[in-house]
Amino acid sequence: MGGMVTVFRRELAGYFATPVAYVFIVIFLVMAGALTFTLGNFFTRSQADLQPFFTFVPWLFLFLVPALTMRLWAEERRLGTIELLLTLPLAQWEAVVGKFLAAWAFCGIALALTFPLVITVNALGNPDNGVILTGYLGCMMVAGAFLAVGAAISAMTKNQVIAFVLAVAACFFLTAAGSPVVTEFLSQRIPELAEIARAVSITERLGGFTRGVVTARDVIFFASFMAFFLFANTIAIDQRKAD
Amino acid sequence: MQALTALIEIERLTKRFGAFTAVDDVTFSVAKGEVLGFLGPNGAGKSTTMRMLAGFMTPTAGTARICGEDVVERPVAAKRHLGFLPEGAPTYPEMTVTGFLRFCGRARGFHGAALGDRVAHAMALTQLEGVRLQPVETLSKGFKRRVGLAAALLHDPAVLVLDEPTDGLDPNQKHEVRNLIRAMAPDKAIVISTHILEEVGAVCTRAVVIARGRVVADATPAELAARGPTMDAVFRALTLPAAEAA
Repeated sequence: MGGMVTVFRRELAGYFATPVAYVFIVIFLVMAGALTFTLGNFFTRSQADLQPFFTFVPWLFLFLVPALTMRLWAEERRLGTIELLLTLPLAQWEAVVGKFLAAWAFCGIALALTFPLVITVNALGNPDNGVILTGYLGCMMVAGAFLAVGAAISAMTKNQVIAFVLAVAACFFLTAAGSPVVTEFLSQRIPELAEIARAVSITERLGGFTRGVVTARDVIFFASFMAFFLFANTIAIDQRKAD
Repeated sequence: MQALTALIEIERLTKRFGAFTAVDDVTFSVAKGEVLGFLGPNGAGKSTTMRMLAGFMTPTAGTARICGEDVVERPVAAKRHLGFLPEGAPTYPEMTVTGFLRFCGRARGFHGAALGDRVAHAMALTQLEGVRLQPVETLSKGFKRRVGLAAALLHDPAVLVLDEPTDGLDPNQKHEVRNLIRAMAPDKAIVISTHILEEVGAVCTRAVVIARGRVVADATPAELAARGPTMDAVFRALTLPAAEAA
């Protein structure tokens, strides 16, 4: 447990010791703001909520989260520091979970910095702040799911480009699987797959959170999804730590 | 094998990568007070053996124990007793020397004042005080190596495994590192890998020569030197295939 905290602290400090943190946060905030106010029709909707913002978050995370995760293990392999990290008296899961939590906390910081949007809707109207809070919670769930997949992919390759491209593809699959284009196409041709596609889709589940509906089903889905990929990550590190 | 307690025990350790056998049935043990020079040409299996001993690679067959703890069965307990300098002394480039050493200390369970003392002591031993707030990436090769060495010494481990500790150091720094190893030797079991033969005579009490994954000699440096006209000639005779050695 102590080892996990140590890894967490080092990783989180590592983001801010390099330009990674600043580039990530600035690009995320600019894109989130721009998309919300332009494509999201924030003003013309005349509704005091953050619905337009929340719909764009998965699409932004789709590119930005793999940029965080691609280096998680691939970089350790390239620098050789994986040999140092894994010969410290830590259990392997402590290193895996510590890295994951640091990246997750970092996404949390980026999301928290969108607070001017919350201030704006509160200044313009009377939004349901409980719904906004569950919306943010949903965004954190999506970030966690993407991070867990991306980190597991990073553990399997030394090459950061491969880690990035595969993670984007996986996140895109998770985001797009529930979209009408995919589900309609599948239900006409392969109805069995349409059900599965809808079940693994994170968009629909995020939709619940952004409407203020937090169900045990969705929380269990995200929690077990992350747990599964963190477990896969630990196995991947254990099996091929020296490659 | 000795009357002294063996802190490192390696038994029939084997590592295969596909059809290639990198380490083939290696057995030796190192007692407290011994400095074992692990010699061999590049690619002989030195680093692979050390990585298995440090718990970084899983052996295909055989076992290794550090202070009686099996490195595969009880990896965390074994690693607690071990100070390991990996090949090339990898460090996190963006961290400062102090930050990096504090991370290693914290991972080993030190906190507060004890952590500060450990880090200060390790920096004093390896003469790093002058660069303590510099990011590791800005340091020269010799300093980086000493940062890795400081991280390995930090917790005063009973067993030290150093993969080429003097590689990249200038003659003065080499001399200092050898003095440091000699000073620590009485309380520890130390394994250093090297292909610098003079180093063996300078610091080691025993030499194990490995070639093509197999142990070809296990003797004191003096015994080894007595086998031929020069240490170089002995090394060539031991490590080259019979036909080429002639």
